[in-house]
Amino acid sequence: MLKPSWSRGDAGGKISSDAPLPPSAAAPLGAVTESFLAYVRGKRTLMVSLLGVTAFLAVVAVTQGAYDISPGHLLRVLTGSAVGPADIVVWKIRLPRIMSAIVVGWGLSLSGLGIQSLLKNPLGSPSTLGISQGAAFGAAAAIVIFGQQMVSVTVFAFAGAMGATAVIMVLASLRRLSPQAIILAGVALSSLFASATVLIQYLASDTQLAVIVFWTFGDVARASWSEIGMLTGAVGVASIFLISRRWDLNAMAAGEVTAKGLGVNVNRMRLHGMLAAALVAALATAFHGVIAFVGLIAPHIARKLVGGDHGLLIPFSAIIGALLLLTADTFGRALIGSGALPVGIITSFMGAPMFLFLLVRGYR
Amino acid sequence: MILSVNDIRFSYNSHAVLDDVSFCVGKGSVLAILGVNGAGKSTLLKCLNRILHPQAGSVLLGEENLFKLSQDAIARRMGYVPQQHNPPRLTVYEAVLLGRRPHMGLTVGKADFAIVERTLERMGLSTLALRPVSDLSGGEMQKVMIARALAQSPTILLLDEPTSNLDLKNQMDVMGLIRTVVSDGELMAVIAIHDLNLAVRFADQFLFLKDHCVHALVSRDDLNAGIIEQGYGLKFMIAEVAGRRVVVPL
Repeated sequence: MLKPSWSRGDAGGKISSDAPLPPSAAAPLGAVTESFLAYVRGKRTLMVSLLGVTAFLAVVAVTQGAYDISPGHLLRVLTGSAVGPADIVVWKIRLPRIMSAIVVGWGLSLSGLGIQSLLKNPLGSPSTLGISQGAAFGAAAAIVIFGQQMVSVTVFAFAGAMGATAVIMVLASLRRLSPQAIILAGVALSSLFASATVLIQYLASDTQLAVIVFWTFGDVARASWSEIGMLTGAVGVASIFLISRRWDLNAMAAGEVTAKGLGVNVNRMRLHGMLAAALVAALATAFHGVIAFVGLIAPHIARKLVGGDHGLLIPFSAIIGALLLLTADTFGRALIGSGALPVGIITSFMGAPMFLFLLVRGYR
Repeated sequence: MILSVNDIRFSYNSHAVLDDVSFCVGKGSVLAILGVNGAGKSTLLKCLNRILHPQAGSVLLGEENLFKLSQDAIARRMGYVPQQHNPPRLTVYEAVLLGRRPHMGLTVGKADFAIVERTLERMGLSTLALRPVSDLSGGEMQKVMIARALAQSPTILLLDEPTSNLDLKNQMDVMGLIRTVVSDGELMAVIAIHDLNLAVRFADQFLFLKDHCVHALVSRDDLNAGIIEQGYGLKFMIAEVAGRRVVVPL
């Protein structure tokens, strides 16, 4: 009796042995399913509310700052009916910064979630595994060798991130290497890349040194619209990839053997997923420097809110990541007044205690 | 429909685990795989659904060679419950819905929901549907795992030690449920199991693995103490207590 009412063709041209029964589209769903769907709707309402909070905060962030812009004035600037200093402040300074905060927060959080789920490691994230530091090293090398060109910095940052990811994946695929051991490997990689970056700084000229140091702060202020566009593209692709594989991720969370029994190609999924996570982390780091801990914390907050179903976990992590980074950056701007604290400093202050908390609590 | 397993050979780095293992199971019947620890029971189960890749042999379901199918297609025919699993951070409903993965396109369809609803009801899990799996007792959790495998709408159920870590009541519950779904439905089950008495009570056929080979393949009627003794290297007696056959080591 447990036959699906539809079937799909198999690879290899075989006809499925599942006998097609007439579709039961008109039949009402059962009471248990209805209560489950109501539960999911509740979570989605919460998600829309969080999106609303993020949008509200974004508007507040655009209007606040050294140059005061009222919401009405902002609307006129956005519709193009106002010219003058406000136009420049909004389009050249504040909007790129706010968009960057949202996209970087979104991307780093997804990257962290992907790493945590694919490596089954609750302490995994681009910054705890050394992936961000690898990207930072690559970018520093590119600045010294090629100067501050976007293409070479991006390519080298990506190569650095991929190098770190490859080491982590090889270690993770070795049998019986525990999540703690992987994190220790991440610590080793991070300090290796940090030392290598220091070596490059030592060899760099004064101007290059200033660029590298400024660059490693981790800041969302310096992105151009084209960089935001590139990052948004990468984050979009990663988001679509992960959400389309949400059931594979759920299966892998139940254990590797279980996932294989459910038809998941575990090794391929892990490879593709880690590539997507590393790509996003690499681009975010190439454009914005190392912004630590957002990728670690946001997925944990999301898990507290919605549990382990990746269908909900992916959008929630992304939104919470965006909200966290936007909040941190707005806080940093409000704190200093006319200037702004690089957001990487704030996230590290926020994130380090959270990381310790996760360690102490046994991070389940 | 008959599952026929032919001459399966599997070794880990030239260390032989299974050597020419063959057997058949028909619909509506339960086959118990028996043998001492390390006899290759779990390995055999994993070879059937290609979690491990045997070096030789074939598995046919009717006329269809399962080894020529994709992993997805195998998962549409075989539901598998491994011995060890991490309790996922999912609700019971989500955990059972996960069993629909091999059948799903990009979205969950009405048919998927209907199957999950029916499976939960059948396994007595409806009232637990929105509870996190990690909050459940061992017995309830095992029922969720079996429900997930049933939601795959399989023809064959592969179960690795489904009763280990369960108390007596839950052992009986779980094996009783498996027996019922197999007898009712278009299903067959292959179960690796340590507990001889549960096997004798609920299975129709017994496959004894010893020294990487099939030591014996017998039906319930042909099972005798001699076969078990040779399989386990211990003295056994089969006795009748309150109309039930029980196996007692001597």
